[in-house]
Amino acid sequence: MSAIATPATTSVPRHLLQGSEAIADAMVVAGCRFFAGYPMTPFTEVLEEMAKKLPAVGGVCMNAESELEAIGMAWGAAATGTPAATGSTGQGLSLMQESLSEITLARLPLVVLNMARAQGDYWQATRGGGHGDYRHLVLAPVDVTEAVELVQRAFHLAEVWRNPVLVLGDYYLAHTARAVDITPVDYGPRPPRDWALSGATGGSGAAKLVSFLGSAKQGDGVGYDLAVHYAACADHTEAMLRGVPPEAEEGYVEDADVVVVAFGTPGAYVRAAVRSLRADGVRVGWVRPVTLVPFPSAVVAAAARRANVIAVFENNAGQMLDDVRLAVLGEAPVEFIGGLSLDASGFGIAPMLDVSEVRRRILDVVERRQ
Amino acid sequence: MSDRSRIPLVPTGTPPSQPARLVDDFTPSLVDVGAHHLCPGCGEPIAIRSLVEAIDELALAQRTIAVFGIGCYTAFSNNLDVEVLQALHGRAPSVATGVKRCLPDSVVVTVQGDGDMVSEGLQEVLHAAARGESITCVMLNNGVFGETGGHMTATTVLGQRTKTSLDGRDPATHGRPILLADLVARLDGAGFVARCAVNSAGELARTHRALRRALETQLAGAGLSFVEILTMCPTGWFVETTEAPRYLAENLGSVHRAGVLKDVLAETDAAVP
Amino acid sequence: MLTRGTLVIDVEACKGCELCIDACPPRVLTMGTDVNARGYRFPVLAPGCTGCKACSQICPDFVFQVYKYETPLELSTRREDPS
Repeated sequence: MSAIATPATTSVPRHLLQGSEAIADAMVVAGCRFFAGYPMTPFTEVLEEMAKKLPAVGGVCMNAESELEAIGMAWGAAATGTPAATGSTGQGLSLMQESLSEITLARLPLVVLNMARAQGDYWQATRGGGHGDYRHLVLAPVDVTEAVELVQRAFHLAEVWRNPVLVLGDYYLAHTARAVDITPVDYGPRPPRDWALSGATGGSGAAKLVSFLGSAKQGDGVGYDLAVHYAACADHTEAMLRGVPPEAEEGYVEDADVVVVAFGTPGAYVRAAVRSLRADGVRVGWVRPVTLVPFPSAVVAAAARRANVIAVFENNAGQMLDDVRLAVLGEAPVEFIGGLSLDASGFGIAPMLDVSEVRRRILDVVERRQ
Repeated sequence: MSDRSRIPLVPTGTPPSQPARLVDDFTPSLVDVGAHHLCPGCGEPIAIRSLVEAIDELALAQRTIAVFGIGCYTAFSNNLDVEVLQALHGRAPSVATGVKRCLPDSVVVTVQGDGDMVSEGLQEVLHAAARGESITCVMLNNGVFGETGGHMTATTVLGQRTKTSLDGRDPATHGRPILLADLVARLDGAGFVARCAVNSAGELARTHRALRRALETQLAGAGLSFVEILTMCPTGWFVETTEAPRYLAENLGSVHRAGVLKDVLAETDAAVP
Repeated sequence: MLTRGTLVIDVEACKGCELCIDACPPRVLTMGTDVNARGYRFPVLAPGCTGCKACSQICPDFVFQVYKYETPLELSTRREDPS
């Protein structure tokens, strides 16, 4: 299907779009006017789409020479108050970590996409792969339709909290085609960008400063004090984690013996497997965290109080498992029914993403726990 | 010449009582606070003064965004009356690119040391120059990582003693210095490339002219402008403060040679807006 | 000695680097023997300053204000003989 030149404020009719293109459209509709990236599977098509779409709306898309330069360019763009984004897959995000830490300490809004290979980047995303006590908000879409909304929400949250927001996708999200309409979502007013640089306050006696070392200028008699700055950032992080409502999708948890927790693409397979098992009279349910940071601990804990066992299904060696265990805190046993599931390419095509396989793993728990 | 001890000194504690005009104030108008903790004889404040005065002379203060790297000079990132964006070690050119691409009418200048630009960030400045980004990259080159205590960088010259080349830089072990201005000048996207120094009044005057020319190149959209400024670091060089200007001339200046390596505005007689 | 300019020297800011001494074209700056509160010697000024700003431009510590007289002064370069 042809690319859509999307006006910023009007919705467009339903089109059959690859996830990468839908995500790019969503970014443009959200107001993104700067994107920088480096080609890497399965993120590459997002970069291609932004290269097509951004110039049409007066934006800038840079194919940077490395992920280090991509994050640097996005940093500079963000500092001007331009809604900016970057992305990669896990390995590229690894390269960006020092900058991601410091961008957070500089209190800049930024949307970061991880089109991940499988789900082994959960820790990188939620703990933050960089140094120091920073946190990013993390959103994990289950499919293209949800991604179109979450990407837009990411831009809003990033500006409200002046903090990077990570959208955690994967190969399936990038390369699945779905009929979607890119409806602009209105999240309400964004705060004024009075911190943004333009050059204009030069020579005024109070020229603006955007720095991860703090905002205290020598002329104010104080200068940089990292103890003060880091403490302020920690306070801000705490306020953000309290101020953003955690979100999860759940089904059939009221009377489930086994509740399965999964995020992202595997969440759709768990949902389908649970529905299928329910049709066979098996009392199972699911919880799918949509916000990974803040993690919907209360929802998982409530499910654990009702169920006999919590099962965790993810395509890694057990990462969200830790957050589930923390949320459950012994209310119910937690079993891991995920694991590494890859094809030879390693890009994240997972043999275990098969409804009958997921059913089998859930039934195994059900039967052992009879 | 009469005995110097018999020459009556001119009082310098207060402004003159005879009619006079102030031609240079303690700090330039775009530096907020003059006091700093950089070493005696450090060349970096001299270069920074020259840079902000060039910005002021060209009436660019209200359009300028300075992107700072990490080094001793970072002491000035929160001490200027121009807008500043602090970047990571080596990463200013990409950050500056993001700024300039979003604000094409701004004047974007990076301030980086040699450790920052040539060791950590070599690819960033080369790629920015290759792309011909309309930014001005300024390198304060003292041949050492000053802020961490005086260690070898990619520009340290052969024979130069540093804490990580205690017997002097040896090509067999440490390789040879990178002469960055020469590399940048070979890239077609570079519009102005100059190397100068601050170890004497004459060199400083050339530095000032180069910085002005670099900014003019940016204003004309004539490619990336690059000014490498050799600065004194007596602490990093293990020399007396008063020896540092000569050390610079003899050791760094003989390798990283001063001059204008490229000036497209001069070549094409392009009009400067 | 015809003197076209003069300086105000913030002696407490000086770190004794002596860059100004060689930078001064008429060579009217010399390092004095006194030290400031931080223990650094600082420059003193003889007649003959031209107000050229070489010192203020090259000083790393922003020690100098430079003035140019509206009318150049004639300053003596000899101490008066007390006898």
